[in-house]
Amino acid sequence: MAGKCDVRARLLQGNESCAEAALLAGVRFFAGYPITPSSEIAEILSARLPQLGGKFIQMEDEIASMAAVIGASLAGMKAMTATSGPGFSLKQENLGFASFTEVPCVIVNVQRTGPSTGLPTSPGQGDLMQARWGTHGDHPVVALYPSSVAETFDLTVKAVNIAETLRVPVILLMDEVVAHMRERVIVPCADEIEIAWRPRPTVAPSDYLPYDAGPDGVPAMADFGTGYRWHVTGLYHDITGFPTSAPAKVDHLVRRLEGKIANHRRDITFTWDEHMDDAKVAVVACGIVARSARRAVRLARGKGIAAGVFQPKTIWPFPYEQIAEIAARVDRIIVPEMNMGQLIGEVQRAACGKCEVIGHFRVDGEPITPEEILARLEEV
Amino acid sequence: MRREIRLSGYGGQGLILAGIILAEAAMHDGHEAVQTQSYGPEARGGASKAEVIISDEPIDYPKVTAPDVLLLMSEAACKRYACTVEPGGAVIVDSGLVENVPSNAGVVYKIPVTDISVEATGRAITANIAALGVVNSVAKLVSPESLERAVAARVPRGTAEANLNALRAGMAAAQEAGSRAFQRE
Repeated sequence: MAGKCDVRARLLQGNESCAEAALLAGVRFFAGYPITPSSEIAEILSARLPQLGGKFIQMEDEIASMAAVIGASLAGMKAMTATSGPGFSLKQENLGFASFTEVPCVIVNVQRTGPSTGLPTSPGQGDLMQARWGTHGDHPVVALYPSSVAETFDLTVKAVNIAETLRVPVILLMDEVVAHMRERVIVPCADEIEIAWRPRPTVAPSDYLPYDAGPDGVPAMADFGTGYRWHVTGLYHDITGFPTSAPAKVDHLVRRLEGKIANHRRDITFTWDEHMDDAKVAVVACGIVARSARRAVRLARGKGIAAGVFQPKTIWPFPYEQIAEIAARVDRIIVPEMNMGQLIGEVQRAACGKCEVIGHFRVDGEPITPEEILARLEEV
Repeated sequence: MRREIRLSGYGGQGLILAGIILAEAAMHDGHEAVQTQSYGPEARGGASKAEVIISDEPIDYPKVTAPDVLLLMSEAACKRYACTVEPGGAVIVDSGLVENVPSNAGVVYKIPVTDISVEATGRAITANIAALGVVNSVAKLVSPESLERAVAARVPRGTAEANLNALRAGMAAAQEAGSRAFQRE
């Protein structure tokens, strides 16, 4: 085991995988208010961050946690928080502030069955729409959604990188089942993974215009305390950072924010599929349900049913083009999800009537089994 | 091949740790493994369970549906899970803790796991590791070397030797049970 890095397989819990990946991606600040089923992320980072010269702080609530994350990020640190549905609701106001002021940060939401306090230890997928529209106003966000412990590692690194490169809050949506189960992860060495940082100014402090973006729509961001003085406001602002209500400037800002995600769509859309080449019926599922779908499709293939499975790992921006392409060549799409129908709405928008779209919704706090999906695949 | 293992008993017996150790041993052997557990009210007292799936292929659905190998370490767990075992599956019962096992529940091995633990280490707290020794000897899930390595790595610091003694005592008891058809039904 010589050498600077010991690449090896480790049996990690989903939450542990998230915490370790965040550290490897360079996260050095965590503020949070621990909540099941995400608590292990805070627990692990409270032990690990000080060892690496980072900071961990348990704040008085989720609102303050999100504010602390924004503050740390403005000072130049990669920052994250972790919560579950009730805390995610509280973080929305400051999440909107981070989105609008373009402060990089990662928010992990290990979903539970909601609404309200709901079922604290049971899985649910009711926060898909909240991840996109939980805070008010048109605003950019990115949301990634892993189905395994290894994917959690990979997507946590990607979440940190996307947050930095696009200066946007990235939400890592997780399922309780994935957060709490243990699986093998090949933990890479620090020099084997790509680490991204926010663009930083190359001009002198006196020439710095904090919201003057280049063609890719992402302005350079100066760390507070380095001599670059700038104004951060949740009001509409122009390239100087100061408030404006000039219609042309207001319009320009909201369109630039929308555009910076749209322009990088291809770089941040991650999907997985199996048996889709000749499929006549597709199952579109995310998170833990994608694992059930994978099993169901394999069983269906064994029975001669031309089934395939498509898993969006990037939920927002939603992979409309890929779903539209699938809808054009299959007879039907089945959308199993642990809510009353959130993913299915986006699938229907993408399918646009080109094929039948059928939902399978389970809301009793239990995961959807492969047998349930298989039964739907057998209904023709 | 996909093998599903359910370890059940009551909260505090250390069955979740046993599940983690079994999954880690399977990983050392080069297999895919997933460990899940029940959280919530049933994790303390009452029926508690840890589940492990071991496979040569990537594991799609990570939950156990019908276990091939079932460990029962309390009456409550027996009532709740005895009949979930796959037909022909192995049911390992701590005969010191469970009196009646339904006769239709797979191939039953009655072994006084907790008593074996007390005999080997002087303590019932190592019964989870003794149970692992029994389960693995009966079901041949992972190599004994990997199991010992995982036990040594995962048990609390300073207890590796006692736990390895419990493991070996469990293995020996299961082998004896097999060779003498000891209370095997």
